[in-house]
Amino acid sequence: MFALSSASIEKIPFWLDPKKRSIIAQVVVLIMFGLLAWYLVSTTLGNLGKQGIATGFGFLDRESAFEIGESLIPYSAADTYARALLVGVLNTLRVALVGIVLTIILGAFIGIARLSGNWLVSKLAGIYIEVMQDIPVLLQLFFWYAIFYGMLPSPRQALNPIKGLFLCNRGMIFAVPQLHPSHKYIFLAFILGCVLVYFLRHWAISHQARTGKALPVFKISVIILVGFPLLTWVAFGAPTHMDHPKLHGFNFKGGVTLSPEFMALLLGLVLYTAAFVAEVVRAGIQSVGKGQREAAMSIGLKPGQVLPLVILPQALRVITPPLTSQMLNLTKNSSLAVAIGYPDFVSVANTTINQTGQSIEGVALIMAVYLIFSLSTSAFMNWYNKRVALVER
Amino acid sequence: MEEIVENFAAEEVKPPVASVGVMGWVKENLFKGWFNSFLTVVILYLLFKVIPSIFEWMFIDSVWSTTGEGCREAAGACWSVITDNLRFIIFGFYPYDQQWRPLIAMFLLFGLLFYSRNRKHWNRHLAYGWLFGLFAMGLLMRGGMFGLSTVESTKWGGLPLTLLLSVFGLTAAYPLGVILALGRQSKMPAIKILCVVYIELIRGVPLISLLFMGSIIFPLFLPEGITIDKIVRAQVAIILFTAAYIAEVVRGGLQGMSRGQYEAAESLGLSYYLTMRLVILPQALKIVIPPTVSILISAFKDTSLVAIIALFDLLRTTQTVLSHPKWMGFSPEAYLFIAILYFLGCFSMANYGRKLEKELSTEY
Repeated sequence: MFALSSASIEKIPFWLDPKKRSIIAQVVVLIMFGLLAWYLVSTTLGNLGKQGIATGFGFLDRESAFEIGESLIPYSAADTYARALLVGVLNTLRVALVGIVLTIILGAFIGIARLSGNWLVSKLAGIYIEVMQDIPVLLQLFFWYAIFYGMLPSPRQALNPIKGLFLCNRGMIFAVPQLHPSHKYIFLAFILGCVLVYFLRHWAISHQARTGKALPVFKISVIILVGFPLLTWVAFGAPTHMDHPKLHGFNFKGGVTLSPEFMALLLGLVLYTAAFVAEVVRAGIQSVGKGQREAAMSIGLKPGQVLPLVILPQALRVITPPLTSQMLNLTKNSSLAVAIGYPDFVSVANTTINQTGQSIEGVALIMAVYLIFSLSTSAFMNWYNKRVALVER
Repeated sequence: MEEIVENFAAEEVKPPVASVGVMGWVKENLFKGWFNSFLTVVILYLLFKVIPSIFEWMFIDSVWSTTGEGCREAAGACWSVITDNLRFIIFGFYPYDQQWRPLIAMFLLFGLLFYSRNRKHWNRHLAYGWLFGLFAMGLLMRGGMFGLSTVESTKWGGLPLTLLLSVFGLTAAYPLGVILALGRQSKMPAIKILCVVYIELIRGVPLISLLFMGSIIFPLFLPEGITIDKIVRAQVAIILFTAAYIAEVVRGGLQGMSRGQYEAAESLGLSYYLTMRLVILPQALKIVIPPTVSILISAFKDTSLVAIIALFDLLRTTQTVLSHPKWMGFSPEAYLFIAILYFLGCFSMANYGRKLEKELSTEY
């Protein structure tokens, strides 16, 4: 095209040509990275060989020979390391899932309180947020553990604030309905209700599109979701037998026991993360412009309809990404369980490392499990975000 | 006509008495509608119930300078657990007669931080001052020169250790995070992929796994005969962890820059380095001050995790005191005390961040 181009390009030395320079830079970085990796692997293998530490994941099939305080699946010291680690994963998931649900509820509550027109409510919520965010979560866990384990009385003098609930240094023990054959059917009825509600919602939307008439979907849904299980319960003769905890020697028998470690971990994580969630919720609600509310009112929506139909869908779009990262933070922070003796995954893996000496495999397992949690959550949230994202025309 | 309006405005229409002054404020902010009034009454009642008893526990019935036995008889808080063990909580196992050294080092640090607060003082001399100050702090802590006896780092602990981990962690993680963010935005695929993998990997795992890695795996990486200090290993783990989070925050700032800025810099003939240093980073880093400050606060709080790998930071020294039979059962008081220390640290960082944001704001 231009006569001078070929001649002038040849004159440019290769270190001034951006393309060649970038290739050289990348090759250099990759070679350095490769050398570092090779060096680390070779020294590590050499060290492991000298210290007589085995490599590989063969230890997973061996007998673990340690007990775990609480477990969702049957487990004993005769089981394998793999099963022990599975118990740990389930314990982590248990505290994370319960914690996430409670955190969202508490966080939304405090976030809304922060925006309240009531000066006292708003200030108290503000103080809560500021104080909780500025104290390390590990310190909070230790504090709650000290309260639950050190301050509460022994089972014999257990606190009994309401009937069927006991608080002592063995944890929180409460009554649950005694197992009854009807429970299975009540659960089935609930599932059936969920399916019905799902179809009802779809039908109501198309019905409104056709006729312009809106059905009171929310009210009908509540009636179905509560009514179905209730009717089943009554049909089985309304069994009300409770499994009450009773003092038996030095401990309680019956009921459900939540260990002090679990309680402290759950409470600490929920109170800490809720402060961050509250900020997220506040920012999300504030991000919806005032004009949206006014516009909604001006087209004749009732005050009760403005929030669910106009404000919340828009606020949720802003809230979801930071909320997800807070949920992941809670899950990652649950690894601090190792400090107060709740047998979560990190704690079980730590015991495994101490027993087998295979620290590399152990830490790799810890990282892999948390990476799977994080990456699968992000993948799901990305999919969800795309679904709710604003489609601009 | 105008006069009429003015008179009308000034004399005839005064705001209703109930909407101005203290009464008006109370009515507007506390008793607007039956629900708000109900909330206010309930909260006031609860505060009235709770605050006096807390006050009594903390100040009236509390004991400040007794032994453990004296504490068990007292009805209120046992602050003696702190006053009696203050030097251990603050300095850990640092030799008792040498504890003035970390104390001076801490005052030096606070003095430098306080002086650096004002942006007018940011110049070359202050940089030299910091270099000299850090060197002096290290010398004071470690000793071995000028007639100071050597104190091995295994004996360092308490507040100086927490501050050491925080200051070096934050100052080293920030530039590393900026470099990672630039790498992630780079047009070179190899560098971009390395940075993305690093950032996502680190952000996906809990800090405790990195600390485990530093404390148990890292020694295996080194050839025989070479050992690296335990504190340094924890410090490296904290830096690597924080840098990934800073990188993501800075990336947000870089993405917020309009293309015009890059093009303008290019049209001036600036190289990549100068474009970043003079045009992009000053603007990008400024708009991400609020999230950066919250990352730095998180990092400061997260230094407490080193207690799990048996470094005697502020949290661990406190726990050591509490595990002594004499002081067992006074954990709430002790934990409250260090919670206040952490709160002061985080709160002042947050406040400074807000101040900096306001000062650097170019919006009018």
